[in-house]
Amino acid sequence: MFPLSNLIIASAINMERYLDIFQSSFFPLLEGALARTIPLTLIAFSIGLMLAVITALFRLSGIKALEIIARIYISIIRGTPLLVQLYIIFFGLGSVGIEIDPFPAAIIGFSLNTGAYASEIIRAAIQSIPKGQWEASYSISMSYGQALRRIIIPQATRVSIPPLSNSFISLVKDTSLASTIMVTEMFRKSQEIVATTYEPLLLYTEAALLYWTICFLLSLGQDAIEKHLNRYVQT
Amino acid sequence: MLSIKNLHKQFGDLVVLDGIDLNVETGKVVVVIGPSGSGKTTLLRCLNVLETPNKGELQINNKVLDFSKKVTKKNIQAFRKQTGMVFQTYNLFPHKTAIENVMEGPVIVQNIPKQEARNKARQLLEKVGLGDKIDYYPYQLSGGQQQRVGIARALAMEPEVMLFDEPTSALDPELIGEVLQVMKELAEEGMTMVVVTHEMGFARDVADEVIFMEGGHIIERGHPADMFSRPSNSRTKEFLNLLSE
Ligand SMILES: Nc1ncnc2c1ncn2[C@@H]1O[C@H](COP(=O)(O)OP(=O)(O)O)[C@@H](O)[C@H]1O
Ligand SMILES: [Mg+2]
Repeated sequence: MFPLSNLIIASAINMERYLDIFQSSFFPLLEGALARTIPLTLIAFSIGLMLAVITALFRLSGIKALEIIARIYISIIRGTPLLVQLYIIFFGLGSVGIEIDPFPAAIIGFSLNTGAYASEIIRAAIQSIPKGQWEASYSISMSYGQALRRIIIPQATRVSIPPLSNSFISLVKDTSLASTIMVTEMFRKSQEIVATTYEPLLLYTEAALLYWTICFLLSLGQDAIEKHLNRYVQT
Repeated sequence: MLSIKNLHKQFGDLVVLDGIDLNVETGKVVVVIGPSGSGKTTLLRCLNVLETPNKGELQINNKVLDFSKKVTKKNIQAFRKQTGMVFQTYNLFPHKTAIENVMEGPVIVQNIPKQEARNKARQLLEKVGLGDKIDYYPYQLSGGQQQRVGIARALAMEPEVMLFDEPTSALDPELIGEVLQVMKELAEEGMTMVVVTHEMGFARDVADEVIFMEGGHIIERGHPADMFSRPSNSRTKEFLNLLSE
């Protein structure tokens, strides 16, 4: 019985300390999320999506040179670890005089990464749209670009929202890797606080909860977008 | 006037159109019949330049496409603008309402102001009997209604010639009449039409000429009454017998 009551007393003292640390660390972590994690995710995802559309169109262009460029890009990005890519962009390039600040370096890395993965999603989505949609567009004298922009992409968007949401949510979590190239995003903030408080379980759990909250909100957003885009399909 | 001269189309080694010659006077209706695989769809697709013929010449009014020479994208666009296509499977844009489907070409291709295009689209939908369905999405419409939207969408581009590829063959029998009725009215208004269909009643009532295709050739042509009552070619006779069974 003795050790147990000791543990309970110890826990009570600990609990107070935990609450203190939780309180004092919450806003720094939140700040890391609002100032770094979320902007990094949003900017990298936007640039990544643009890259992805261009890469997908290259792959579908029927022009050999463009197809090969797209394939090589996708192959390199998918075939190497994200962490290694970040190290090359930040430390590697830095060592030969191409010094990029941590945040822009992270943007470059995550954009390139998202671009490659999302391009395959977008390519598959475009290819899933029936050929008759292209033909109907051409039959009313639309150009390739008009057909793509007005008819194909809007339908492909609906198809690609679930897999793109996966990429988006993965990206939120992957930005924690930016901590290794000195971006003071949420995870790095938690590491810094652990260094002074020696409470890794508390701080990392707190960070995890914040990531989870962000991803949960995003999945609500996904539901809303899907609902909107599904308005024209039979349920 | 629409004129087709010595039109050839092959896919790989498969010759699908083997020298088609056909003239359609302005305001006339030509019905194309023939067994499956005889090249009827390919012929219409060539007229809409969804397929590029290997040889031959197409002309509508003063626009000419000569496929023995290099044809440019611009020439194709200019020619295509004169034909409107109605597909067997409608191919409506599912993410757009009926009226948006009809407005799309005028607004995007012809740069007509939205409000003006909307008014015109509404008139066209009223004309095909869908004035009360303009804000419906395609999935909310029956096959016959969707096909009528398809007709309105093609008409909105004000083509010289309307092309119909078996427009009723995907429809339930009770919905065929409403589509044929719209087509009949168009013909009466003087639209030039090339119609692939096996609706013999429609051909008899509306067609100025019927052509029978087989193996990429036009085997027989004539006035529907003559051709249906006394076909001169034995293949035509066999085919018509099959249809009436
Ligand atoms: N894109 C294509 N590639 C290869 N073969 C085709 C293609 N389109 C049509 N064909 C072939 O051409 C022939 C004629 O087809 P089609 O014009 O659709 O005939 P119909 O409409 O009279 O049934 C068929 O044998 C068909 O398989
Ligand atoms: Mg056909």
